[in-house]
Amino acid sequence: MNPRRAFGLKRAGAIVLRQFYLLRGSPARILPMFAWVAIDIVLWGFITRYLNTVASAGFNFVPALLGAVLLWDFLVRVMQGVTTAFFEDVWSRNFLNIFATPLSISEYVTGLVITSISTSAVGLSVMLALATLVFGLSFFVYGLLLVPFLLVLFLFGVALGIFGCAVVLRMGPAAEWLIWPIPALLSPLACVFYPLSALPHWLQLPARLLPPSYVFEAMREIVAGRAASGFALMLGGGLALFYVLLAGWVFTRIYKYVVRSGLIARYSAESLS
Amino acid sequence: MAPAVLSVTNLRKQYGGAVAVDGISFTVGRNEIVGLLGPNGAGKTTTINMILGVLEPDSGVVRIEDVDLAKHRSRALERTNFVAVYSPLPGNLTVVENLRFFGLIYGVGNLAERIEKMLGQFDLRQFRHVKCGILSSGEQTRVSLAKAMLNHPRLLLLDEPTASLDPSVAHDVRTKIRQATLLGDNGVLWTSHNMHEVEEVCDRVLFLSHGKILLEGDPRKLPGDNGKETLEELFIAVAREPLTLGAA
Repeated sequence: MNPRRAFGLKRAGAIVLRQFYLLRGSPARILPMFAWVAIDIVLWGFITRYLNTVASAGFNFVPALLGAVLLWDFLVRVMQGVTTAFFEDVWSRNFLNIFATPLSISEYVTGLVITSISTSAVGLSVMLALATLVFGLSFFVYGLLLVPFLLVLFLFGVALGIFGCAVVLRMGPAAEWLIWPIPALLSPLACVFYPLSALPHWLQLPARLLPPSYVFEAMREIVAGRAASGFALMLGGGLALFYVLLAGWVFTRIYKYVVRSGLIARYSAESLS
Repeated sequence: MAPAVLSVTNLRKQYGGAVAVDGISFTVGRNEIVGLLGPNGAGKTTTINMILGVLEPDSGVVRIEDVDLAKHRSRALERTNFVAVYSPLPGNLTVVENLRFFGLIYGVGNLAERIEKMLGQFDLRQFRHVKCGILSSGEQTRVSLAKAMLNHPRLLLLDEPTASLDPSVAHDVRTKIRQATLLGDNGVLWTSHNMHEVEEVCDRVLFLSHGKILLEGDPRKLPGDNGKETLEELFIAVAREPLTLGAA
């Protein structure tokens, strides 16, 4: 391997190692990785059980609702995996130490994304175990399509995470509170629990611009015993990839702006907001 | 002839209508410690931030060992390290975790061995598993210095490195950096408001005022050349009457 590329991977690995050190010594950081998703699964697990008893026979709410909750929570965990690793540098006022080193922006963002893969995998495993063992959710229902489902949601979660980091980089630490609600704001348009057709016409176009809407549409098709559209899923995947590139571009532009304006140097000395 | 470890040419930075650094040029040679002096707001930290690549100059060139910082940022910064009193290492990591983290980022070879050496050199062995946030400010500065020396930097930037140290530890730190600079092949750019320290440690000083280099020379000779008894007197004169001195 090209020695410079190997150094680049080492530097991205340093970001991951730092996050591991922080997690290792802090139950307050470990708990949120799985506690909230576990609560979500338990809550929705009981709701789906109840719905199965009162609704007309023949429709199973478990894969439709509980599966949707699990997939949506996975996306949220991916996004938060990226932003939380970034916020560690915000909270510890570490920007000068980090960005006055050979670490490049792409290496830094790569490190954040790898960190997110690890932390979201923990959350996903807990959700899968609970949903399967306690509430009988079988992922065989989704078949091999579970892989593109997770991939599309992962990519979009990464894009949201990088975008959130860019917003905080530009607006300062207080903007953190603008980032946490992003998934909740998008969820009505992501069609997590209802089909796209349930939205008014004027909201269907923005919903189609969100990759998760393709995943949840496909999921409902499968649960209803119909074939999911491969083309629609590919479109969702393409959109998600586009958003990752767009978020990377936005982050780089904002990084250049804060270096030009001097904001990044002042991060260590003062709050920007 | 080997290139200077740092070469700054016509560096300029303006914030709105205020000129922070006004077209300064200077070099730092091998085995040389250069003091960057001046009153608050003179442009010292702005200059250091531009050399560290965290602030983009409006114009001018920064070369570290002849590598253009603007064109080859990573390559230039691999040869650099710094300590700034206003930028402590993350307090939620232990001393060793911080050193490993930054060692990987700087691509330090034989990292474990190098960390052990730095822990010994800066008397930090007993703190290796202590979180930096609960160390005293002096101990934190020593950890920052250990981090700064990890990658054998050719250019070391020290922004008031001894500001929070007691006189004894400050003396030890000055001695270590002086020795490392004389024996190694690095150069140091050092800012300080302690003029005795500057006289003790610096080979050459640059007096900045209103973003310009007003005076330059040997800190032991410069006061006499400008009609002052001591470097501290000269500093006060630069702070209070920079235009008179500049004309002289």
